[in-house]
Amino acid sequence: MAPDTKHLEVTLDTHVESVNLAEEMCIRVAEAVGFSEDECYRIGMSVREGVINAFHYGNQEKPEKKIHLAVDITGEKLIIHVTDEGKGFHLSDVPDPLAEENLLSTSGRGIFLMRAFMDEFDVVPGRTGGAELIMTKKLPPHPGPSNHGSGAPNSDATPHQEA
Amino acid sequence: MPSLYSTTRETGPITLVDLSGRIALGEGSALLRKTVRDLLETGRIKIILNLGDVNYIDSSGIGELVSGFTAVRSRGGELKLLNLTKKIHDLLQITKLFTVFEVYTDESTAVRSFPE
Repeated sequence: MAPDTKHLEVTLDTHVESVNLAEEMCIRVAEAVGFSEDECYRIGMSVREGVINAFHYGNQEKPEKKIHLAVDITGEKLIIHVTDEGKGFHLSDVPDPLAEENLLSTSGRGIFLMRAFMDEFDVVPGRTGGAELIMTKKLPPHPGPSNHGSGAPNSDATPHQEA
Repeated sequence: MPSLYSTTRETGPITLVDLSGRIALGEGSALLRKTVRDLLETGRIKIILNLGDVNYIDSSGIGELVSGFTAVRSRGGELKLLNLTKKIHDLLQITKLFTVFEVYTDESTAVRSFPE
């Protein structure tokens, strides 16, 4: 990890409430590094979809399994990792929700939304044996720490900027 | 505090469901499912979901809208959407569901859109 990278990591239970918790936590971080309200919404939604994926598909809603959420803030990017304890999967095996035959499917849009809302998205084998979703968003041009929440990792070297 | 509130109004054979809050994984999606299922069980098959006060929807909520749409259609009815917020409008657009749902911005037009 580069020396100027801020790192935050939490282990979540396989529970519906973890979805809200992860979303709220990442929105706080995104706000703190200066993302706009719209971008915070997109980042929050992507994290939400990643944790839903881990909760439902990866961990099969089994309470003994955990969901690992990590956030890295480098000088240029916000990088979010969501890792489950399932069997893993390949992006190429995920059906296209925009295909005519899938439009009326009641599931299968989470990966699509993460890809649409983040700058980069990938799935790799995780250290837990499950899938690790990695999603990246380029930091806004003039990030600045805010007064929202506490404990969110801010860059100490970034000048303070109020709207 | 519930994440979603639902109230229903009737205009002849048409039921308007006013939703407010979040349609997301958990109780929001569950309430929408129950609302549509209860209407179908009482023979109400012409449904308008007013989403004007729904400020958030995730993939689970989108799935629930699609599930409601197909359940109503399988009973010979129609489920239409009214008053989408920009976020939900954009979500339905990027997921191509605008090509599936009938969407209205005016309640009386939505009501009149059902065949007599």
